[in-house]
Amino acid sequence: MTRFLAARLLQAVIVLAVMSFAVYGLIGLMPGDPIDAMIAADPELTSEDTERLKALYGLDRPVWERYLAWAGHALGGDFGHSRIYHRPALDLLAERLPHTVLLMGLAFALSVAIALPAGIFAALKANRFGDYAVNFICFAGISTPPFWLAIMAMLLFSVTLGWLPATGYPAAGDAGWAERLRHLVLPVAVLGLLSAGGITRYVRASMREALRQDYVRTARAKGLSRAAVVRRHVLRNAMIPVVTILALDMGALFSGALITEIMFGYPGMGALIYNAVMANDYNLALIGLLFATFTTLAANIAADGAYVALDPRIAFRTGA
Amino acid sequence: MIRAFLTAVLLAFAAALPAGAKDRLVIGMTQFPSTLHPQIDSMLAKSYALAMGMRPFTAYDPDWRLVCMLCTELPTVENGGAVLEKTPDGKDGIAVTYTIRPDARWGDGVPVTTKDVAFAVEVGKHPQSGVASAELYRRILRLEVHDERRFTLHLDRVTFDYNDIGGLVLPAHVDRANFEAGPAEYRNRTAYDADSANPGLWFGPYRVVRVEPGAAIELKRNPTWWGAPAAFGTVIIRIVENTAALEVNLRSGAIDYIAGELGLSLDQAAAMEQREGGAWNFAYKAGLIYEHIDLNLDNPVLADVRVRRALLHAIDRETISRRLFFGRQPVAHGPVSPLDWVYDPGLPDTPFDPDAARKLLDEAGWTNDAPGAPRRNAAGEPLRLELGTTAGNRSRELVQQVLQAAWKDVGIEVRIRNQPARVFFGETVSKRQFPGLAMYAWLSAPESVPRSTLHSAMIPTAENNWSGQNYTGYRNPDMDRLLDSIETELDRETRRGLWAELQAAYARDLPVLPLYFRATPYVFPKWLKGVTPTGHQYPTTLWIEEWRAEE
Repeated sequence: MTRFLAARLLQAVIVLAVMSFAVYGLIGLMPGDPIDAMIAADPELTSEDTERLKALYGLDRPVWERYLAWAGHALGGDFGHSRIYHRPALDLLAERLPHTVLLMGLAFALSVAIALPAGIFAALKANRFGDYAVNFICFAGISTPPFWLAIMAMLLFSVTLGWLPATGYPAAGDAGWAERLRHLVLPVAVLGLLSAGGITRYVRASMREALRQDYVRTARAKGLSRAAVVRRHVLRNAMIPVVTILALDMGALFSGALITEIMFGYPGMGALIYNAVMANDYNLALIGLLFATFTTLAANIAADGAYVALDPRIAFRTGA
Repeated sequence: MIRAFLTAVLLAFAAALPAGAKDRLVIGMTQFPSTLHPQIDSMLAKSYALAMGMRPFTAYDPDWRLVCMLCTELPTVENGGAVLEKTPDGKDGIAVTYTIRPDARWGDGVPVTTKDVAFAVEVGKHPQSGVASAELYRRILRLEVHDERRFTLHLDRVTFDYNDIGGLVLPAHVDRANFEAGPAEYRNRTAYDADSANPGLWFGPYRVVRVEPGAAIELKRNPTWWGAPAAFGTVIIRIVENTAALEVNLRSGAIDYIAGELGLSLDQAAAMEQREGGAWNFAYKAGLIYEHIDLNLDNPVLADVRVRRALLHAIDRETISRRLFFGRQPVAHGPVSPLDWVYDPGLPDTPFDPDAARKLLDEAGWTNDAPGAPRRNAAGEPLRLELGTTAGNRSRELVQQVLQAAWKDVGIEVRIRNQPARVFFGETVSKRQFPGLAMYAWLSAPESVPRSTLHSAMIPTAENNWSGQNYTGYRNPDMDRLLDSIETELDRETRRGLWAELQAAYARDLPVLPLYFRATPYVFPKWLKGVTPTGHQYPTTLWIEEWRAEE
């Protein structure tokens, strides 16, 4: 197991290194550097100012040279300062991380809590009214744009009914946990409901596949009740592909969190990374995108661990 | 047990509900300031927030007059506060003397003194401090400190705006150590971002007490403020980037007021007013945001002024303003706002006249043989132009379609080619890569001399590092002379005459097609009084002590 984990971690480090170069290069290829954007916004900037600022931010050097300098500092633990926020990029990320983890964690839990029973129910009632109803709701969830659902939820629960706040984060600094939770209800519900649709479809498909297996017929022939067969045999086997999907879904959840964060004015990482990319803030965009990559990689390693727990035939081995 | 848990949660939620008292004002806006340092970066969101916590030496008031805020009297040549002199190299210069208000104190009780001015000048002049535009600091040849409150700036040239110095004050007792520890790192170390709640950074009616990056800024009444105490004990600036969500926040009561400066779009506010106008007060202020179309004069088709004038004659700007912008955006006849004292009301107009447009095109050699098809010149080339703007800007895209149809009607084929804002501004416009027409807006200031957009020395090229904003490539020695003369003319009436000449030259040469001055919509709750939209770059919050709640 140790060798397996070490190999996967090594792979993750290589992926992160390649990603860092790719992201840095791609941001460098985007038209207009940060100083060009400043020139467009500030008529007072002279060519003297332009030269001074480009030198100050290191933008007068080629991209590869800047990347190597960044990588050298990053290896020493210094990920540089954000150009648009004038603060260490790592600090900014660390400040926003708990917010995003909380939002994504609760939304993920909600989506799994909805998707598992709904998917199982749809599989057991396949091609009947219950299945059709679940499928209809799932497709509605998959095809609904997050920003539209967010606005509708705000209009209904904040404006019409007045039950919940329209923003995802309390304005006052001294808000207690109850106030914070109240603000989280709508963003979590929007994000969770949207990703629940896709997961439900995977659970349903995986369950239907497992229900068709010989061992299910054998178990039923042995006299086990349908509920016991589903609980002991079908569910466990059906969960293996679902776990992979859940791990891969972290990336999609991250994208959904971006839109949800912007719509609800929630101070999370998604909005931070978006603003950093749009403003050519290399250090901040890079560390944010690398963190998103790391999250997906870590989720996949966790999924590998979950396979072993779910299926005793799978073991931690490398090169197999 | 479940019931007991739910009851407890509901009770806790109920207890957390806002009390609804009017001692707290929550302002919603769409942008979070990148820094709170007054000199680093220039963005409206920062000016809006800082105006509550600091006051500049000089600012334009809501009546567009330059006034003193941190100084006791606006220095002028007439009152002896400004004296013409020679610079060390023998050129014409000017010495301008200011006196800091005696009751000005930072939030920690330390008086605002000339040490703070000297520190601001030192930071501004340092090449590595990260100050974006260093023009003012380059103009300051020397700072002469007379005492704790009185100082003289010796400027390297005489310009009519010699006494307009804006901020020019930083808390030396708090931030000098951060600067001296390493000027190159000062922008990342300044207390304005590292310790924003330090009372020693603020001297306005409010001081910042909490910053939630990307989400909110909380300010509380500043006990050391010299003026009338502000009506609200707490002001919270709440950031909601999406304007639809911002509107919902207002309607749900999560925010009290949407900042006009960085809030709803005009069509959004007008639609809201039509839908539920009785619930809020609406104000629309047309100002200095000049929507226009730059013409690339290096394009041989557009180099002909008859074609440029025909383009303007062919479009009905009055109807566009009425139909698309609810009549709230006045049609522009040039770069100068009708609210500006230098505006010339007698300016010749180029009205909507499609027949005049057709005649001009005929004269320019573009004839129309096949109705519905583009005109052609003697060489058989079609009259075809490209119009670009920022993709995703709904108002501009709507206007584009109307313009395209109007130009087609007179035989000009216009192809639309839009790009994301960062590509459009970062590359296409700033490096003059648009082949025909580029539609966007300029934000200027009262009596702002359009040197950077009209002077022939300000055409961006690779050689000058793409600086300057004369993106049309307009070259006219008369215009250059006028720009130079206006800047250095101290007599107000003479300057008014020069401005009239400039506007006439602009209307005659049409390097740019003027469209309209953008209106900014303000949505107030019925109880909020005292907010006066300015229409210029100085935000309403510079007079926040006049805001109050009245039922």
